[in-house]
Amino acid sequence: MSHNWGMAVDLDRCTGCEACVVACHSENNIPTVGATEAARGRAMHWIRIERYWEGEFPDVKVKFRPVLCQQCDTAPCEPVCPTYASSHSEEGLNSQIYNRCIGTRYCANACGYNVRFFNFFTPSWDKPLHLQLNPDVSVREGGVMEKCTFCIQRINAGKIAAGLAQRPLKDGEIQPACVQSCTANALVFGDLADPDSMVSKLAKSPRGTKLLEELGTKPKITYLQQGSWDDAPNK
Amino acid sequence: MTRRTNNSLTDDLLRPVLETSTKFYVTAGLLALIVATGFGTWFYQIYYGLGVTGDNWPVFWGFHETNFVFWIGISHAGTLISAILRIVNATWRRPVTRCAEVITAFALMIGALFPLIHLGRPWLAWWLIPYPSERFLWPNYRSPLVWDFFAINTYLISSLLFLALPAIPDFALIRDRTTGWRNWFYGKLSLGWQGTPKQWHRLESAMHMMALAIIPIAISVHTIVSFDFSMAVVPMWHSTIFGPYFVVGAIFSGIAALNIVMAIVRKTLHLEKYLQPIHFHNLGKLMLAMSLLWGYFVFNERLVTWYGNTPHEMAALWSTQMGRYSPLFWTMIFFNFVLPFPLLAIRKVRSITATVIASCAVVVGMWLERFLIIVPSLSYKGTPYSWGAYLPRWPEIVIFSSSFAAMALLYLLFSKFIPIISIWEMKVGEHPHIKVAAEVQEAEAAGELV
Repeated sequence: MSHNWGMAVDLDRCTGCEACVVACHSENNIPTVGATEAARGRAMHWIRIERYWEGEFPDVKVKFRPVLCQQCDTAPCEPVCPTYASSHSEEGLNSQIYNRCIGTRYCANACGYNVRFFNFFTPSWDKPLHLQLNPDVSVREGGVMEKCTFCIQRINAGKIAAGLAQRPLKDGEIQPACVQSCTANALVFGDLADPDSMVSKLAKSPRGTKLLEELGTKPKITYLQQGSWDDAPNK
Repeated sequence: MTRRTNNSLTDDLLRPVLETSTKFYVTAGLLALIVATGFGTWFYQIYYGLGVTGDNWPVFWGFHETNFVFWIGISHAGTLISAILRIVNATWRRPVTRCAEVITAFALMIGALFPLIHLGRPWLAWWLIPYPSERFLWPNYRSPLVWDFFAINTYLISSLLFLALPAIPDFALIRDRTTGWRNWFYGKLSLGWQGTPKQWHRLESAMHMMALAIIPIAISVHTIVSFDFSMAVVPMWHSTIFGPYFVVGAIFSGIAALNIVMAIVRKTLHLEKYLQPIHFHNLGKLMLAMSLLWGYFVFNERLVTWYGNTPHEMAALWSTQMGRYSPLFWTMIFFNFVLPFPLLAIRKVRSITATVIASCAVVVGMWLERFLIIVPSLSYKGTPYSWGAYLPRWPEIVIFSSSFAAMALLYLLFSKFIPIISIWEMKVGEHPHIKVAAEVQEAEAAGELV
């Protein structure tokens, strides 16, 4: 059976601690660009915590929204790529083939969520950080686009382990780095093709919404929230 | 009488080709220096990465793409205008057509360079060519960038043909009037032209066919360039009017560029007798019509967006009307509409100077228009947390400036090798009631043509 990977994000649980951001950086060899370049808008975070404030100080309420690639079923980034570097995998992922990317950046412009990141320079890691690179993830060169892969190296490792043990994959067995590091269990990853999986159930929750759904992109990430801030149960 | 006119005409128009002054070498040298600086900057950008530009997250496209659309727009000066004028047989067109067609050829070459300049890994640009790869990889035919690749190449090839065809009799003329390397060089270029009635007939039909074919090609090219934007779900890009909007803007800026080039050529090559006030007058009227059409499209684009009132589109819209990008927007409106309108609409005001001033304003305004289509939309797309802004940095500005020097240099070199005004077409114009073939036979009998 083919998989269809998806995620649910419980906004009522998210504390905005950004552990997922750090975990993603170290898992996926995402370079840090330094303060100057970050100020120029070259920072790369495959997952980011968007902060929104409501009200005026001191009566301020803050909301967090983790935003990562929505792995859209009709992704705007895919048809615009002239070289098929951005293409749809059989398991529903928006894959980015680094070796095929020529750096038109059209995909990043077409993406309605701004979750694609460009290597404006060939990245480097200060010693000894170069020793902590994840050997399962390729390091990208300057001039190519990169984005969240749902930790495809972990998905493949999980499938291989299950295949060797000749058993089906268990729900929750595969965890992307962000999900694994989430202290509040706000992130749930799983197979949307399996109706009994946790993520499938959450995707059908009445608390669920999709981000910028009006763009017609059919995102595979469901955001769960109780409603407006004032309706929140443990306010 | 007639022969004397013809001879002085030939002498006037051939002079720039046969005589070279020191001023030419100095100008060409200076321009070449600026162009070399531009290429140097490009190599600097390739060596260090696109990070040296102002492109950022989320505004991944900036000056380079603006220049691309701008130069492809300028390229509509020539071929399209001269093709239309040929088909409707506007006799005043004769001195203008080649001036215009040359702009097309060079503006396309410069414009087509910018998609390469803006690439992250430009050495892999050949992956857009559908070659038989051993890994069965093809370009993605759904991508507007691939459509661009084919559209621009088609346009470039057909405009070069359209430029070369009517130049053949002039090549033969230079061949017959020169000796040495020029005789050999223009002999090759003239493709064995003897000026027989049969050859004239074939040239006429070939030019007529090209003129008919080039109009849909030119229109499709800028429509496809507009698809780069309108095919993406980005606020203010995702619009159904972009095709005609871009084509009108392209012709608008194209005529403006043609007016400026004509004024410069007229002064520097002393062709006041040939490029007369009537040409600027008529092109000015055409530009006025385009200004009105363009103004309508801008109003339409904004009215529909405002009426639709979707939040993410309104953010991009207001940023150009009252926000960060509004100074550029209102400058654009002034340069493209408010200033040219009185200069071109009032007959008494529409002199050569007034037309050229309006043209300069329109070229600046149309560049701003392309910038304002690309950058504000990218600044205000997606969730508000990810909104951004764009400012160019020096490599983009240097490359942008040197593209104008490249245009001037190519034009200068072209006018050194090929008469910038079509000599034989001017001669035909001197005898408006005599068929071309008949005139040639007469000339042959008089021993003027070999």
